[in-house]
Order: sequence, then structure tokens, then C-alpha cells
Amino acid sequence: MNGLTLRNIFFDEKIRSILIQAFVVGLIGAGIYALVQTTSYNLDKRGIDTGFEFLKNPAGYDISLTLIPYASTDTHLQAYFVGLINTLLIAVTGCFVATIIGFTIGIIRLSSNWLFRNFAYAYVEATRNVPILLHIIFWYTVLLELPRIKEADNFLKFFFLSNRGVYSPAPILQDGMGIVFLTIIFSIIFAIIFNIWAKKKQENTGVQLPVFLINSGVIIFLPIIVFVALGMPLLWDHPVLKGFNFKGGMVIRPEFVAMLLGLGIYTGSYIAEVVRSGIISVSKGQREAASALGLKKNIVMKLIIVPQALRVIIPPLTNQYLNLTKNSSLGIAIGYADLVHGFGGISLNVTGQAIEIMAMVMATYLTISLTISLFMNLYNKSVQFKGNS
Amino acid sequence: MLIRLLNVSNFVVTKNWAKKNLFSSWASALITIFCFYIILKIIPAGLDWLLFSADFVYNFRGEQIIDRTFCSRVIEPGQHGACWAIIIVRWNQFMYGFYPVEEIWRVNIVFALTPLALLPLFFDKVLFRKQFIYFTFIFPFIAYYLLYGGPGLTEISTSKWGGLLVTLFLGLTGIIIAFPFSILLALGRRSKMPIIKSVSVIFIECIRGVPLITILFFGNIMLPLFLPDGVNVDNLLRGLVAMTFFAAAYMAEAIRGGLQAIPNGQLEAARSLGLSYWQSTIQIVLPQALRISIPAIVNSAIGVIKDTSLVLIVGLFDLLGIGRAALADMNWMKLSHEVYAFVAIIFFILCFSMSRYSLYLEKKLKTDNSI
Repeated sequence: MNGLTLRNIFFDEKIRSILIQAFVVGLIGAGIYALVQTTSYNLDKRGIDTGFEFLKNPAGYDISLTLIPYASTDTHLQAYFVGLINTLLIAVTGCFVATIIGFTIGIIRLSSNWLFRNFAYAYVEATRNVPILLHIIFWYTVLLELPRIKEADNFLKFFFLSNRGVYSPAPILQDGMGIVFLTIIFSIIFAIIFNIWAKKKQENTGVQLPVFLINSGVIIFLPIIVFVALGMPLLWDHPVLKGFNFKGGMVIRPEFVAMLLGLGIYTGSYIAEVVRSGIISVSKGQREAASALGLKKNIVMKLIIVPQALRVIIPPLTNQYLNLTKNSSLGIAIGYADLVHGFGGISLNVTGQAIEIMAMVMATYLTISLTISLFMNLYNKSVQFKGNS
Repeated sequence: MLIRLLNVSNFVVTKNWAKKNLFSSWASALITIFCFYIILKIIPAGLDWLLFSADFVYNFRGEQIIDRTFCSRVIEPGQHGACWAIIIVRWNQFMYGFYPVEEIWRVNIVFALTPLALLPLFFDKVLFRKQFIYFTFIFPFIAYYLLYGGPGLTEISTSKWGGLLVTLFLGLTGIIIAFPFSILLALGRRSKMPIIKSVSVIFIECIRGVPLITILFFGNIMLPLFLPDGVNVDNLLRGLVAMTFFAAAYMAEAIRGGLQAIPNGQLEAARSLGLSYWQSTIQIVLPQALRISIPAIVNSAIGVIKDTSLVLIVGLFDLLGIGRAALADMNWMKLSHEVYAFVAIIFFILCFSMSRYSLYLEKKLKTDNSI
């Protein structure tokens, strides 16, 4: 134990761990050094400059779906933002659709009806054992088989269905619409305050107010009254078939719909399993005890089952949202103009700045992933057991 | 339950079962009727399209189908079922890609031997399991020799590989190579050494935080930039590297779950007996942890197999990629329903059987009390 012999130093746990870590650092450092050397040599040979100067150059290509102003003369940086917003758009709408499908199927999976239950089971197994890419490509081909623009199906009078997308009237906001929006915001704030007040009142006096009824009434009817009182300041721009295409109106492209269906149906079946296992994780005694106390069935669900199931559901649900966001990058296979397709694909080919662009794309996804899991962790904390259990 | 339903002689039991599970209330009865209606609508129509009014080799006129114009459903739209001739005529491509026809027997041998090599890994009650395991270890070398060629066999460049061969090659090889790395990463993530831990965490989270397609692009576009002059990595190998990284990160998380379930006392007891870190890890902790994490590993393996289809975006011809290539052929275009249905069925068989296997393992682990 005494004496600093070489053998003692080597077998000392602390010194040993420092040695091992120094070795790993050295290995990684040497690896990175070698990579940088060969890469810079390769880049020199191919005449590629490094750096982010290219972001200021005009992109030179069109993007089919733009939510912010963009033209082919705009910069690569603008193309990046267009792609990013499209990625976020499909991720958010996809999560919404997947959640609805998932919760519906997950609850049906627990139905007391044998046939109904197995219907949901068949759906889950049939969809989640097939690659997501096949889902997306399949829906895209189905949508492309819709009638051509000239023979577009007219449905609900104002909508047109064709293989170039769904055409619908676009709203044109007139003066006074701002006031209507303000009313909506105001009624939501009112609903929140009323909710808090009613809860306090119930805690103090035990009187239950019809909070849901009043709040939904306020949120729905107040804006409508203001809207009518202001003389309906809203016009519709109807799509009209002119030549080979529709003029005016709004269009939802088949690429977007295919992505939405593919991601929603595929992720939905995973969410269904998450929901199902969350609900069965709540022990039977909880439900029985609540019923024994005389609570009604829907109250048992709302106050006893759901809050406990959510604790189990949320972490894997977050995972599914993250997977959906990452899978939205498969839009490249059908030409949905997301981050990977536009900036990561076309910009990369135009400029040749592979390293910078790939780094930006990967960093973006990493940021999105970490942000989602951060928010979900915060939410998760808020629904976990309070106190020391 | 279904067996009970079919057991007509035991009518009372059936009636009670039906009353409880199908007609327990008015709502339930309505749902049952609705479901029956859907089943009667979908299943006969689906089977009709898939089998009964489908074309295989000959169309409804009795002519042999040599391109899409001979398909019954192309001649009389809306009257006939699927035209499976596209699959039958291009069967070799769907299975082997552009592998030379006279060498296909080599792939067939590998296909036939693969289940044999996997058997002792999947089930522990196989006859001669110990001898079998040796075969499992030398199998990758046999497979490489047979597929790629070498002394005595013509060399077949990987650019000619395709179809199911590429799907299984990328999936299985990726998982097998990734497995040891994933164990190291999982151990690293739980290590007490800060640098080892952070390196593992950064690797795992960076791979899991980005879409697979960007990793594939990374391998495809960046790997040539990183490598010194003269070193050429072929396309399939780039895909394999990307798939391996991807599989390693996901499997590491599955194994970490297993490691977390092992009480600390196991490691402490082993260490106090005088075993070194590696001895106690390899002999005490890992065998227990891996057993627990096998279902999770199988689940991530299913994910990896499904995600091999993404390689079509970087220009490899896996099963789905070959299907897309078939649809791009002027002679067979527009038969997309048949191609996608076929590819979906193959993936379904692969993944569904694996998920059943993982369920079987979970059940077995629950009943075994040896842990």
C-alpha cells in the first residue's frame, strides 16, 4: 500500500481512470486531426471553399410550398428557413393527426367488444410492420391517381379534388377582422380567468359552476357576435379553372397530404400501443375504489384513470413525436419541400458545400429533438407524483 | 376465443361468450353489426383482388403476360384483380437485384443457411446448440465468400446486389456489427469516468437526434471527403456504415435499460469477491442485463430492418428500391399497387414474426425465475 511503485500507480483506480480517459481523448483527438487533414486536402483538390459565405448567394431554385415569402432569387439562407418551416409544419400537423388516431385506436383496443378490439389490433399490426417510407410512397401514388386538373372532382360545392392537390376557397381579410381576432384572444383569456375563479370558489364553498359550458359558449359565440356585428368583414377567393390550372383560392398539395397520411397512420399505431399500455397500467383497484365512492363513470375516467395513465404515457409519447419529426425528413422521397429536400438536397448540389450544409441540417434536427424532449420533460414533471413517493 | 366461437357443439358456451363479448349492450351490439358489415365488405373484395380474380402467369384470355398491356386489369379496367405477373417476371430482381443469373445459387445457399445460423441465437432448446454456435460464428465469413466471391468463385461487385438480398444484408449485418459497439456504448454511458461517459452520451444522442436519412447522406457524401486519396468505399458499404452507427445507438439504449434493471449489489458483490471491472461486467452483470434487454433489442432490430428501406434515397436497390425500379420500367409502369403490396407483405412477414418472437421472449422471461 505504501510507496509509489509503478505497479501501485498502475493499479490505483483514480490514476487508472485518468490514464484511460487520457488515452480516449488522445485517440479521438488524433482521429479528428487526421480527418481534418484529409478533408481539407480533399476539399483543396476539388476546389471547394469552406465557410458559410454561400448562404448569402441566390439559391436559384423554386420551392413548391412556401409559407414565408420566397423566390428563386432569394438566398440559400431564406431557402433554409422555408424548408425549416415546412418541416415544422408537417411535424406539428403530423403529431396532431397521429395523436388523434393513436388515442382513438388505443381506446378501441381496450373495448369490451371482442370484434371491435381486434379490429384495432389488426390495424396496429398491419401498419406498424411496414416501413414508414412505403406508407408515404403508397399514399402519394394513391393521390396521384386522382382525376387530373381538367376533370377535378367538385365536392361540397367550393372544393376541387385533383391529382395536383385539393383546391379550396382562400379567406381574404377585410378591415375589422383584427377586432374579431382580438375578441377571440380576449374570450380565451376570460375563459382561463373564469376557470381559476370557479375552481377557487369550488374549493371554498363546494359550489360547482358549469365552467365548461360557459367557457365554450364564450369562446364560440362572442367572436361570432362581433363578426356579425361588424358586417362579416371576410371575403372568399374561389378557385377558378383557367386553362391548365386553377387560379385563386388555396391549394393543399398531394405531397403534403401523403406525408400527413403516412406519418399519421404509421405513428398513430405506435401511439395506440402507448396509450393502451398506459391505461392498463392503472390498476383495477383504482377504478373499483373510485366507483365504490360513488363517482360516475366519466368522472372516474377524468379524475382517476387519465391523470395516472398520463404519467406512463407521456415519456414514450414524446419518443413517438420525436420519431415523427425525424421521419418527416422522408419527404425527400416524394418531393415534399422540407429541410432535407430543399436545403439539404438542392442547395447542397448547387453549392457543393456538403460539410456546412449537412452540419446545419443535422444541428437543426438535433435542436428540434432536444427542444421537444425538454418541453415534454417539463410537462412530464408537472404530471408526476407530487410529494415523496 | 376464436376456437371457442367455432366450437358449434358447445352452443351454450358460445352463446354466453358472444353475449358477453359481442352483445353486452345496445352500443356494443351496434358496433358488432357495424364491424361485421365492414368485414363482409372488405375481406371478400380484398381476397378477390389479391387472389381469386388476380392474374399470375396468364390473363383472362389465356395469353401469357409478358408486359403490362397483357394484364387483365389493364385491358378491362375495374373488372379484374391484381396482376402479379410483374412480380413473377421480375422475381429474380426482387430477390437478388442484378446478381448474375448463373450465380444466383450462391445467394440461395446463403438464404438457406441464414436461419440455421440464427437458430441457436434465438432459441435455447436447439439440438447440438454448442456445435451450432461455432457455425454461427463462421457463417459471416462463409456468407461473405459466397456472396462477394473469392478464390474459386467469380467476384460479384456489390453494385449488382439488390432486392431482398440487400435488405437482409444491411439489416442483419448492420445489427450484428453494431451489437458489440452498442454494449460498449451502453457501458460507457453508465461509466463513472466523465470523459468516457460524455463521449458515449454525445455519440448516442447525436445519432438518435437526427433522422436516419441525414446519416445516410452523411455516409454517402461526406465519407469520400474524409478518406485519404485512393481509398474508395463502395456505395453498399457506405450504407452499411450508416446503418451500423444507427443500429448501435438505438441498441445501446435498449441495453442500457437492461443494465439499469440490474441492482448495484450484483456489481458490488462481484467486485468484493475480487473480480476486476471487466470480469464482473462480463461474467456477472452483462449476462443478466442482456437477458432482460433482449426483447427491447429485438424491437430495435425490427426498426432497423424497416429502416433499411431508406437506402433507396441514396441510390441503393433494396426491396423497395427494386420495386420502384420495376415501376420505372416502361413495360410494367403503373402497376404500383401490386409492387407495393408485395413489398409490404414481405416486410410484414419479417417484422411481424420478429415482434411475435419478442413477445414470446417477454413471456418466457416473466415465467423464468432464474434471475
